[in-house]
Amino acid sequence: MLFTRAVQRGCLVAAIAGLAACASSHPPQTVVLVPDNDGKVGTVIVSNVEGGGSTTLNKPYAAARVESVGGKSEPRTVSEAEVKKVFGGAIAAQPIRPISFQLYFMEGTDEYTPESKEAFENVFAEVARRKVAEVAVIGHTDTVGTLEFNDALSLKRAARVRNDFTGRGIPTDSISIAGRGEREPVVPTADEVSEPRNRRVEISVR
Amino acid sequence: MVAKYVRNVVFGLGVVGAAMAVSGPAAANDIAQIKVATGTVIVERGSQRLMAAAGTRLQQSDVIRTGINGSVGITFTDNTMMSAGPNSAIVLDRYAFNSTTHEGRLDTSVRTGTLSVVSGKIAKQSPEAMTVKTPATILGVRGTEFFVQVGEVK
Repeated sequence: MLFTRAVQRGCLVAAIAGLAACASSHPPQTVVLVPDNDGKVGTVIVSNVEGGGSTTLNKPYAAARVESVGGKSEPRTVSEAEVKKVFGGAIAAQPIRPISFQLYFMEGTDEYTPESKEAFENVFAEVARRKVAEVAVIGHTDTVGTLEFNDALSLKRAARVRNDFTGRGIPTDSISIAGRGEREPVVPTADEVSEPRNRRVEISVR
Repeated sequence: MVAKYVRNVVFGLGVVGAAMAVSGPAAANDIAQIKVATGTVIVERGSQRLMAAAGTRLQQSDVIRTGINGSVGITFTDNTMMSAGPNSAIVLDRYAFNSTTHEGRLDTSVRTGTLSVVSGKIAKQSPEAMTVKTPATILGVRGTEFFVQVGEVK
């Protein structure tokens, strides 16, 4: 905040002195767009606060640099090696990427299907390899049974997953659970329809 | 601890007046968590200066600073990830996230240093909802991975 004010005051002084340009005192700044994990490239629009104008970055390793004086950003392309050199410290500190899973249950119970019993091991491994994990478990049901029954069952399924984590040493306070009953089916059905794909928990790990 | 204090003063992070560990269970106003921390990492929260570590939970308006050997990686509740290299100062200006609709708002600032960003659900849901400010620019983030540097590498 102080920094901004100092810059503005500097500009004001420059204006009073009749100088054409405000020689701004901000440090140089660079923005580089890179491909994501899947190789896709997004978009970042770099708008210059002082001079107006903007640069759209939408190609791999497209960069915009605003010099400390002058201020107009010129698009350029940088190399992957340059990015690794300048941003190595930040790259090394990137958290493990969040990941989500679905596990499925036997009808009317909080027992995993045989496949999901095996898949639980992958989920557990993802949680265990994080130094500080946060896990959100949301339980769901199909439409067999009353709304009330399914609210309780969905929560029971989520609690089952939590118990399986805490039983293997994951701290309780890193796991949140919720039950959504039959309200959010993956496969919409009529009431009282047995649908294995809706009998599930969603587990988000970050 | 004493060594860290001295380093903070030497590298211009200011005197740590009341350093205390922050961790514990999630609270409603937690917006992100530190997942990775190396070297000196300080969180400024109002008038408090907190020694941060992996597990520290963050709130809106927190300022995160790294020392000369420091780096920090955080994950927001919408899965946005940010990590900063040495000599960095990052401000978590504004955060709101509805975990059901994925609507929200995420505004951060880089005062100095290097930042890596992988955008999350907020930017995916609404393309106008995420910005990163630097002293001379505002970045409109449509996704997904990018880097920001303010100042030269020391």
